[in-house]
Amino acid sequence: MNSFKKFIFQLQEITNLIISAFLGVFKKPHYLVDLIRQMDIIGVGSLPIVLLTGFFTGGVLILQTYPTFQYYSIQSTVGRTVATSLIRELGPVLTALMVSGRIGSAISAELGSMVVSQQIDAMRALGTDPMRKLVAPRLLALIFMLPFLTVAADIFGIIGGGLVATGIFNMDYNAYITSVRSGISTADIIGGIVKPLVFGLIIGSISCYKGLTTEGGTVGVGRSTTNSVVLASIWVIIFDFFLSRAINTVLDIKYI
Amino acid sequence: MLPQTDAETVSTDENLEQELEPTDLEDAVDEPERVTPAIEFRDVHLSFDDKKVLDNVSFIVRRGETKIILGRSGGGKSTTIRLILGLLKPDSGQILIDGEDITGYSEVKMMDVRKKIGMVFQEGALFDSLSVYDNVAYRLHEQGKPKEEVEHEVQRMLQFVDLEDAIDKMPAELSGGMLRRVGIARALVGDPSIVLFDEPTAGLDPPTARTICELAIKLRDIQDVSSIFVTHELKNIEYLSSEFAVVDENGQVVFEMEGEKMCLINTEIVMLKQGKIIFTGKNEEFFGSDDPYIKKFVRGR
Repeated sequence: MNSFKKFIFQLQEITNLIISAFLGVFKKPHYLVDLIRQMDIIGVGSLPIVLLTGFFTGGVLILQTYPTFQYYSIQSTVGRTVATSLIRELGPVLTALMVSGRIGSAISAELGSMVVSQQIDAMRALGTDPMRKLVAPRLLALIFMLPFLTVAADIFGIIGGGLVATGIFNMDYNAYITSVRSGISTADIIGGIVKPLVFGLIIGSISCYKGLTTEGGTVGVGRSTTNSVVLASIWVIIFDFFLSRAINTVLDIKYI
Repeated sequence: MLPQTDAETVSTDENLEQELEPTDLEDAVDEPERVTPAIEFRDVHLSFDDKKVLDNVSFIVRRGETKIILGRSGGGKSTTIRLILGLLKPDSGQILIDGEDITGYSEVKMMDVRKKIGMVFQEGALFDSLSVYDNVAYRLHEQGKPKEEVEHEVQRMLQFVDLEDAIDKMPAELSGGMLRRVGIARALVGDPSIVLFDEPTAGLDPPTARTICELAIKLRDIQDVSSIFVTHELKNIEYLSSEFAVVDENGQVVFEMEGEKMCLINTEIVMLKQGKIIFTGKNEEFFGSDDPYIKKFVRGR
């Protein structure tokens, strides 16, 4: 099978996986406990690394931009720059990349190990559909929790930026807050929440697919884990570009 | 089905099922519903890429019968039982479970068929995030059974495999033999009428392997379960085809040898060679076969 055919085949398989996972949600038995457990692992479990990433990203943005802004005497708008870049781009993308590394790899490794130790076959033999029991809760938890994690990362980024601006560059606290507030529009917030919804779907579907198609024992588990993180990260970045373009057009966001 | 003592009733014809018409069989038994085979393969073919895995495979497993499937590694043994569970689909041919053609069944429809089949995997395939109790109770939890019923059933099954003490342990704390036995207990929940064993004794020490075979014999003779026992270990054939289980006057299950004047009719051997059936028959015929492939398999050279 050449590379293009393989790509189309995988795309079809991933689409089927997403459809059967979503359709399965409406059938009994409902795996609510599994969904809540996954939301806890993905949401609460990823919170520390996402907050740290957001905090230091906001801080370093101010650290690098403030002197330049000061040179052009527009340092009062530095808060606006940080808020816009975090909410529109860095918050959603960095959170998705961190979650892809932490959760995407874990999902792929867990499902892959279950495949090679015949636990998936055992599950099917015992009358349970792995799409509903394993894939659907992980996919839904990622789609549901990623926007919350992104908002948390945005807030901590703005706080981090504020601490650097006031602590290192002696910027007035109120001036920073005012600048941040003037930079955030409703359209930015909507865009910043739509993106993680799509990223959650990308990370969840790729990592579940790679995990469930693991072949070749423990070496295969390692391979599918690496592949899932790499592929999910690449697709997050590619989709980010097209999503940004679409959101800016649909919500009429100005490039200022 | 208990072992027959009358040697005359035992046919040595290895193709008994092919020669007897269903009507003949109907006359031969008192319970007509037992005529329908538990499992039936009709001209099943399966290939992976260009490699033929099963080539024109046909056999039946009657109710209360154990079919031992033998063959070298990669010969299509495990594939056969994956087909029965619907984990794989054949390229052509038919597979019938209790007379129901499952060949074209969707995954959703197969879920109902799987309820009457128990499967014991090679390494146990226990869910490593669940305790022994939760593993055995898995099917009942999925069906939303009440807690008391689940507890009672789990206790009963763990008692059957003699592992009541391990109820709270995690799979990582169990030995290889214990893992298989928990796997058997999990497969038997819900009293399936068909049990499939996929090399359940591979890599186990002889006494533990013997324990697993005893469980299979008990299922066959006491519980009247139809089973397929995939193996490549000759010791397993010896146990399964020459011993039977009975309940003695004290209510204990004991194992007895078939003896010279008796022959177990409820255990048969099917030998696969590169996806083709090359032998079907009793253990005596198998060990006395002149086929060079079987001779080599038995003697190792």
